[in-house]
Amino acid sequence: MGKTLAEKILSLKSHSEAEAGDVVIADVDLAFVQDTTGPLTIRQFKESAFKALAKPPQTVIFLDHAAPSPAQQLSNDHILLRSFAKETGCRIYEVGDGICHQLVAENFANPGDIIVGADSHTVTAGALGAFATGMGSSDVAVALALGKTWFRVPESFLIELKGVFTRGVYAKDLILYLIGQIGADGATYKALEFGGDALAQITISQRLTIANMAVEAGAKVGLFPADKITQDFLTEYGRGGNYKPLYPDAEANYERVITVNIVQLEPMLSLPHAVDNVRPVAQVKGVRIQQAFIGTCTNGRLEDLAVAAQILKGEKRHPGTRLLIAPASRQVLIRAIEKGYIRSLIEAGAAILPPGCAACLGLHQGVLGDGEVCLSTANRNFKGRMGTPEAIVYLASPATAAASAIRGEITDPREFT
Amino acid sequence: MMPDLMLKGKVIKLGDNISTDDIIPGRFAHLRSNLPELARHVLEDAVPGFASKAKSGDFIVAGKNFGLGSSREHAPVVIKMSGVGAILARSAARIFFRNAINQGLPVLLCDTDKISDGDELEINLTDGTIVNLTSRITLSCSKMPPIMSAILKEGGLIPYIQKHRGFKL
Repeated sequence: MGKTLAEKILSLKSHSEAEAGDVVIADVDLAFVQDTTGPLTIRQFKESAFKALAKPPQTVIFLDHAAPSPAQQLSNDHILLRSFAKETGCRIYEVGDGICHQLVAENFANPGDIIVGADSHTVTAGALGAFATGMGSSDVAVALALGKTWFRVPESFLIELKGVFTRGVYAKDLILYLIGQIGADGATYKALEFGGDALAQITISQRLTIANMAVEAGAKVGLFPADKITQDFLTEYGRGGNYKPLYPDAEANYERVITVNIVQLEPMLSLPHAVDNVRPVAQVKGVRIQQAFIGTCTNGRLEDLAVAAQILKGEKRHPGTRLLIAPASRQVLIRAIEKGYIRSLIEAGAAILPPGCAACLGLHQGVLGDGEVCLSTANRNFKGRMGTPEAIVYLASPATAAASAIRGEITDPREFT
Repeated sequence: MMPDLMLKGKVIKLGDNISTDDIIPGRFAHLRSNLPELARHVLEDAVPGFASKAKSGDFIVAGKNFGLGSSREHAPVVIKMSGVGAILARSAARIFFRNAINQGLPVLLCDTDKISDGDELEINLTDGTIVNLTSRITLSCSKMPPIMSAILKEGGLIPYIQKHRGFKL
């Protein structure tokens, strides 16, 4: 019997022949927390009476969700996290360095790694072939101490991608379409494994967008094979030596196979208040928006800012629409400055926020008021997600957000590209 | 602390897709290191006044995909602090499910369409049977992996780890 990607990685890391449905104890290559889950993780770690981290250099704290801190309580949480880093020798990324998932992709994730993070979008690193999944504070606290955790080996869905993206259609549109097809709980406890001819043209930036939202269909991981594109990315980020090819076996067993012909896709949107409430942008055109937000671990990368800058260059945001842009990392921001994207965006009326999660989770930097509508490039639009429960959030690609910021209403980006 | 194996209480019925933002939204992130204060806001957007409405031993009974969204373990923490003795749902999101068990809060997956708001239930955690004392219907819930039952039996992951110093399969 052949193995899926999930079975391959979990077999290797549990030193056993793992099959879907088995429960295994596996080695953890990287464990991390962010600033809103880290304090509870530290309290649980201390309560469990462990003294030391199993692998300090492979343990990371990211200050990204409330960065810079908007409240004294969160400032005190940051103090606790910094002192834990000092005590234990783990790594810490400071305010302004960027979003945990982007920094994991830039600095840590390798094909075949197991990564656990106290953040649901830890799945993002599946783009690089890492079995990366979100867990709560207690699970991560124990993983920090033991360097291991337990997993139920998931059954896999094969998502076979065919064709190429047409003008105005991006990875975000693909993953929104797919979540609309699968449903918000359609892949609960499962692995989404991406394959097909289209992969040869899907960049790591796009793969990160796709893997990031696997959890919005309930999935435990969103896994890409590791190929030449992965190798080039790792080489660019100075860890080409960590590359190893990783593919599922030809006879692997999939619970479900879903084929998506990318050529047939059009710009898509998630409507309030559910990520799987997906429609083509063309059907929702004309809804007034007070805020457009481009950024997050889903869509705050250089390619995303390039698309936004291309559409916004020489244009102006609508006077009734605020335009907020948060690069996913310090490096993304530097490159976007070098390429002139930031200037185009600022001239178009954007407010540039520091690298971090920014407005995504409603705790600072663009909190919505009653009745306000935001078009966001993030990954969640639940009631209350970005501020008051009386606010409304639509999710779309950076191109759709940029086009909509210009018109002040939901706009098909193909009118600008 | 070991949880009671027989639970009895009244049902607070909720719908499908109760997210972690419904349970405890990001706007209260500044209260996460002050759990008693955080717990005052549990589920307030979904059920106004939930924290004062919930009585010790009550059960949350929901539809599908309970707890979808964030990995914030504060979600099951504040539900447990409200006095809720167990959550019953048709399905639960993966991270929430694991977090709740890690906090010693039972999550039982069963056909919750057969349970109404205000019903009185008796739950046997040992064999997973649920007797609806109001409608006199007996339900059974799906089994969790043995490692999760073992964690729940110890009252959560931290007490389990304090005892075993590692995972036992």
